[in-house]
Amino acid sequence: MEPILFIIFGAIAVGGAIMVVTRKHPMSSALYLILTLFAVAALFVLRQAHFLAAIQVIVYAGAVMVLFIFVIMLINVPENKLPMERLTGLRLLGVVAAGFLILESAILARRFAMPAGSTADAGSVQAVGRALFTDYLLAFEITSVLLLAAVIGAIALAKRKI
Amino acid sequence: MEALALKLMSAVPALAGVPLWAMTLLVMVVVAVILLVFALTFGGLGSYVLRKVAGDIQVRIGPNRVGPYGLLQFLADGVKLIMKEDIIPAKADRFLFALAPYLVFVGSFAAFVVVPFGVGLIASDLNIGVYYVMAVTSLVVIGVLMAGWASNNKWALLGGMRAVAQIVSYEIPVGMALLPAVLIAGSLSLQDIVRSQGGLLGIFGWNLFHNPFTFFSFFLYFTAAQAETNQTPFDLPEAESELVSGYNVEYSGIRYAFFFLAEFGDMFVVAALASACFLGGWHVPFFRAETLPGAWGNLLSLGAFLVKAFGIVLVMMWVRWTLPRLRVDQLMRMSWKYLVPLTFVNLLGVSLWLLVFRGKGIPQLIASIF
Amino acid sequence: MMEPTAYLLLSGILFGIGVAGVVARKNALIILMSVEIMLNAVNVAFIAVGSHLGDPTGSIFAFMVMTVAAAEAAVGLAILIAIYRLKETIDITELSVLKW
Repeated sequence: MEPILFIIFGAIAVGGAIMVVTRKHPMSSALYLILTLFAVAALFVLRQAHFLAAIQVIVYAGAVMVLFIFVIMLINVPENKLPMERLTGLRLLGVVAAGFLILESAILARRFAMPAGSTADAGSVQAVGRALFTDYLLAFEITSVLLLAAVIGAIALAKRKI
Repeated sequence: MEALALKLMSAVPALAGVPLWAMTLLVMVVVAVILLVFALTFGGLGSYVLRKVAGDIQVRIGPNRVGPYGLLQFLADGVKLIMKEDIIPAKADRFLFALAPYLVFVGSFAAFVVVPFGVGLIASDLNIGVYYVMAVTSLVVIGVLMAGWASNNKWALLGGMRAVAQIVSYEIPVGMALLPAVLIAGSLSLQDIVRSQGGLLGIFGWNLFHNPFTFFSFFLYFTAAQAETNQTPFDLPEAESELVSGYNVEYSGIRYAFFFLAEFGDMFVVAALASACFLGGWHVPFFRAETLPGAWGNLLSLGAFLVKAFGIVLVMMWVRWTLPRLRVDQLMRMSWKYLVPLTFVNLLGVSLWLLVFRGKGIPQLIASIF
Repeated sequence: MMEPTAYLLLSGILFGIGVAGVVARKNALIILMSVEIMLNAVNVAFIAVGSHLGDPTGSIFAFMVMTVAAAEAAVGLAILIAIYRLKETIDITELSVLKW
């Protein structure tokens, strides 16, 4: 069962990602990105990481993408004023470099060899919660400081007058 | 699902030859259709009850022409919506315009999967139940935003923006107000949460009476949920008198019907979560429904659950027709300055209570004296 | 449970697409979205290996990456809005006042 679902959702994720980087209007890009994010959440479910799958949908679909679409609607650039995209030599080189990156990661992925662990529910809420509040407590707290800094930074940048 | 399919196959000999995956798929489809029929019926009858309640509160009669007491009004409305011409505005983004209502409906309907209707009556008892509901609700946000943008209409855009700002900000108090129940049960699964409220204490086993903080938390949840489903004191997204109708202003026919059904679906999900997390879910007071033989336990618990959920829906309708609407700035202030801090304090209070009294609520403490 | 090799390959492909988007596009919004794709690709790898090893650390790292992604999106979009107010463009090649 897992390989079939992996191929389906993997294909959706890759197809969506390709559409994101090739669409002209940012709105269509955003919608394809949502598709990709949902496919990635489905992949998390396949790997038994239910907690992360829920968080992925809540954070990305519920917050980050809404923010993106909000901004796209807010600055609503007319169709004819969107940046003219031409494929220059330098850009083509960049895409080729990205292709090499994929090739490289494929070679590295083939060499992956680590013994499988014993616990099956490593992605469950209990396991993640326990690890988060014991071993990674400091990192977790620092994350909240990061988010606070992001909130203040976003308001300070986007507000006309403070 | 697979377990149910196996049970069916062993019970009915004629089905023994069917492969397991086909049977599982069949069971899934049947369960989905049952839930869909329930959601549609609830949407139809809910609209009738809503209009009757509105009529009663405003001292008029309400729908009374179609069928006895106007009971068939919703069928007439449904037929009208299906027969109506389906208009797509010339300047609209056709694809997004067509897609948005389905996204909104799927977002609200998908939450039905984890609603614990009774003993063993749950489509899928996910171990992330409460989070799952919050996750699928975000589909509604995207659908509403798409509807508002694709309509290419300033009222729709304003309504969509308002709706999204409101849903996103009220999602936080809703989640935070549900967490006390999760803390007490020690699980995010809604069946586990309901089970933790059983026992012979009757209604005092419910989380509502567990301790002062959970009591308060129920009302915080109710307020925030009322706002998240865009009900009247907070119905700014569709404020008829200023925004015409909000994000769905350009929609007609079957697409409008989907928005409409999604609204009622949301209402039921919110009421179901409130009753599962605070009012004991499918528990019948002073009685153990799960010990009854055969299907009686399931049916009795289903009845108890539906009574509680519909009761909450009625209260929501009552509030909806009683209170005046807030202003946008008041709405945002209420969420960020009052509800969010209060739910945080509440959560802290519940955790401290659970720590100090070792997970026991006031009723259990009193019971343990005797 | 599958071996994580296929997931790692998928993660590499997604990351590569994200990189291609960042280097080849001019629209700042799409560049930010490509960054999100890259962050997601990393998460796929973390989750795949984490569940293979039976270790919640994979989930924790993915969790941290998501927080960073959310913070990055908020600040990045705020900067974008500020730039759009000033220059009326979201073409990153036109934002070259610091380049002499």
